[in-house]
Amino acid sequence: MTTATANAPHGTITRAEVEDFLYAEADLLDSWRLDEWIALFDQERGGYYMPTTDCPPGADPGSALYLIADDMAKLRSRVEQLLSGLTWAENPKSRTRHMVNNVRILGAAGEALLVQANFVVYRMRFQNIDPYIGTYHYKLIPNNGTFKILERLVVLDLEALRPHGKVSFIV
Amino acid sequence: MADGSNASGLILDDRADGIFRVHRSVFVDKEIFEQERARVFDKSWLFAGHVSEFPNPGDFVTRSVAGRPVILAHGDDGQIRVLMNTCRHRGNLVCREHKGSGAEFFRCFYHGWIYDTRGALKGIPGEEAYSDAFDRDALGLEPAPRMHNHRGCVFVSFDPEIESFARYMADALPVLDNTLDLGQMEFVQGQFKYSMRANWKLLVENSMDGYHADHTHERFFAHWMKSEGLARGSRAAPPPPGPGSDAPRGTVPLRNGHVTTYYPSSQGRPAVNRSYLEKHAGEDLEKFNAGLVDRYGPDRARKVAGGAGNYLIFPNLMIIDGWFVFRTFYPTSPDYMEINGWACMPKEDSPALRRARLDWYLAFQGPGGFATPDDVEGLEGCQMGFATHKEVEWSDISRGMKGNLAGGPGELQMRVFWREWHARMTSGQHAENTGDQEA
Repeated sequence: MTTATANAPHGTITRAEVEDFLYAEADLLDSWRLDEWIALFDQERGGYYMPTTDCPPGADPGSALYLIADDMAKLRSRVEQLLSGLTWAENPKSRTRHMVNNVRILGAAGEALLVQANFVVYRMRFQNIDPYIGTYHYKLIPNNGTFKILERLVVLDLEALRPHGKVSFIV
Repeated sequence: MADGSNASGLILDDRADGIFRVHRSVFVDKEIFEQERARVFDKSWLFAGHVSEFPNPGDFVTRSVAGRPVILAHGDDGQIRVLMNTCRHRGNLVCREHKGSGAEFFRCFYHGWIYDTRGALKGIPGEEAYSDAFDRDALGLEPAPRMHNHRGCVFVSFDPEIESFARYMADALPVLDNTLDLGQMEFVQGQFKYSMRANWKLLVENSMDGYHADHTHERFFAHWMKSEGLARGSRAAPPPPGPGSDAPRGTVPLRNGHVTTYYPSSQGRPAVNRSYLEKHAGEDLEKFNAGLVDRYGPDRARKVAGGAGNYLIFPNLMIIDGWFVFRTFYPTSPDYMEINGWACMPKEDSPALRRARLDWYLAFQGPGGFATPDDVEGLEGCQMGFATHKEVEWSDISRGMKGNLAGGPGELQMRVFWREWHARMTSGQHAENTGDQEA
């Protein structure tokens, strides 16, 4: 098995390094350490996006309806709300488990590495188990041996959020 | 019971003393659920979609309306139709995409029957095997029994005998028109398709409940609004109108179970977000509003821009002018509903204004917003609580019934819904009086 590496200027970055980063991120989410999680983002330009389940690929959140389209100001507020105890949909907190696999480095765009991965995230709440299934599309900026998240685009494979009803936690 | 309905006696409506209660069995009982299908959903005009979802000949959308799979089809003749999505031969869905364009035919793959975009049956493999009595022309895709396209809003009814759309809408028609007067209204691409493990009537109540906002949605106001530097609007109930006044009026029953919560409003649509739009697309908003004044003159422009708060077209179309929301929902069992949500915005929007409207929309609305998930959580919690309905039989919806709104928003809008619901379920007729005053 070969180790995928990206083109210059990121040619020395291995898939294993990216996987380590994504697995650590998943652990932060599942343990609700959201202050540490949001610190993974580029604090100026970062963003977290989730298109609606019937949105065509590549549609712009400025002209199409998304489920989530957070710049950093909004994402900071989201995290603050989630940790405030006032987000009733997550108080008490859901149990979640992020399963990340099929990690691939697809290439580079400017200073960012383009990374894609599959996920299944289970949410356990009030005796229900709801699986969220889809792909992550990351733009990662190499930074001191690790990465900063420039963009975290979450594309659900679900045809509808049924019976899930909500995406109140970080998928 | 004499009328064969299980709903008799399940609403306690004491106008004299100002007490209104709903028996919690209406949220859990399977027979009531079946009777709702027959007496409410099968006997109403129902919102099916918006023409902007399938704007050109050959465009189509498929979805479920009151449990029926239908095709919203834009025919090659330019006509809008709502066709039952089932092959006239032996039943398979003839269209299995959720949306498409450029369709020339709908073809049932089971035996290859082919229908055109008007629904006419055009091709049958091996047609010579049928007798002379076989009438191909009578076997087109069945249209919904009744369909009405009101300024792009497509409504259907599965009751062929239902009254006209205009008569059914009663006083709600001018309110809907006020929403549609904002511009050339279109559904933004992308749709919220979600659900709740809760009875559908809870979402009717919740979608126009001013009382819960400060509590359920405290995080939206205390965190998001604050982080945006925006003040929460006044929660005081609007003052009663003077004669001929166009001031905000609060809840207005619109007959036939329709009701609006804040009409007419001159606060700027949406009242609570005006400062957000001013902050992020101020110049464009000013231009947009100047366009309204050009079109309508200052008084009517203010009313159109102000919108109508949250309103219900009975039984299940919620329009939330403050956020440009169109929302429908159907139960598939007493404790589960499927919800569709859209953003209905004016085509005249500049890109910056549209982006700002969508940002605002998403901040509150939808399964990933800062408010809707807490509504889902709350209503699912109510449904869990109703497992005690034999011990705790009644919910109270008396708030503001004697006209006292000093403590903030009342619950008249819910009583309007329940009075119509009860009349439909018991007599099959519209409620004669949905308001709090004795007739």
